[in-house]
Amino acid sequence: GSLSERCLMDMRLGELPMWLATCDFSPQGLLGGVQKAWSSYYNKYINVKRGGPAGISMLLAGYCLLSYGWNYQHISKISFLVSI
Amino acid sequence: MNLSFFDQFSSPCLLGIPLILLATLFPALLLPAPNNRWITNRLTTLQLWCINLITKQLMIPLNKTGHKWAMVLSSLMIFLLLINLLGLLPYTFTPTTQLSMNMALAFPLWLATLLIGLRNQPSTSLGHLLPEGTPTPLIPALILIETTSLLIRPLALGVRLTANLTAGHLLIQLISTATIALLSIMPSVSILTSIILLLLTMLEVAVAMIQAYVFVLLLSLYLQENI
Repeated sequence: GSLSERCLMDMRLGELPMWLATCDFSPQGLLGGVQKAWSSYYNKYINVKRGGPAGISMLLAGYCLLSYGWNYQHISKISFLVSI
Repeated sequence: MNLSFFDQFSSPCLLGIPLILLATLFPALLLPAPNNRWITNRLTTLQLWCINLITKQLMIPLNKTGHKWAMVLSSLMIFLLLINLLGLLPYTFTPTTQLSMNMALAFPLWLATLLIGLRNQPSTSLGHLLPEGTPTPLIPALILIETTSLLIRPLALGVRLTANLTAGHLLIQLISTATIALLSIMPSVSILTSIILLLLTMLEVAVAMIQAYVFVLLLSLYLQENI
């Protein structure tokens, strides 16, 4: 009912399981959720009249962190103690 | 130990899902779609200025028929530029270091220019195989040489981009490993190496932009010959 209309930020911690139950977990629903999240980030930080480097820099920093997380398992195996 | 330096170029996979698709599509997020406003925000203005500059540069030598290629060439340029520059961020994956991707870009586009030339003006494009004023005994050898140089163009296009980016990334990784390893032993040499690393990173930014430009410029040149 009214739960799915309220966005995630307005939720109280105890209501979280109820909100998850109303969520749409089909592929279209997940894609719609991703699209909604992206457009809210985009319109809040990047698509502003007098934007600066901040919006895109946050996005790129997030991308670097994400790539680090994806490569972590591989990177942790390389030993940096190379004998010279 | 040397073999592990090439592991940064292996196609990233998370739980069996190839991430190269995400890495290839990510630059699209950085490009805002221009809306119908007359005065757009700063990012869109910057993007429009950049694309206008690039398109004008590429389209000046081409005739009217060649202007049909404007969207292909300028979008290819923006694509390669963004992918190359994003690859310089730490821990990111550069799809253009994969030879498969560069050959997939170079070969069909070169073949398209060749077929356009052979279809619309076959005698002129075959005439390109023999430069003017060659002495008669040299003609067969020169035709063979020119045919080889024609057929090697897609290979050169793809390998040039791959090799430049791969070599740059490898150099950055090697020198940064050297800097960290020397930090505990000889700090002064380590500072020297870090200065070299800074200069190399600036070079790599330039190379990333130049290689994208060269790729598209050569394609437009091949188009110019054949259109």
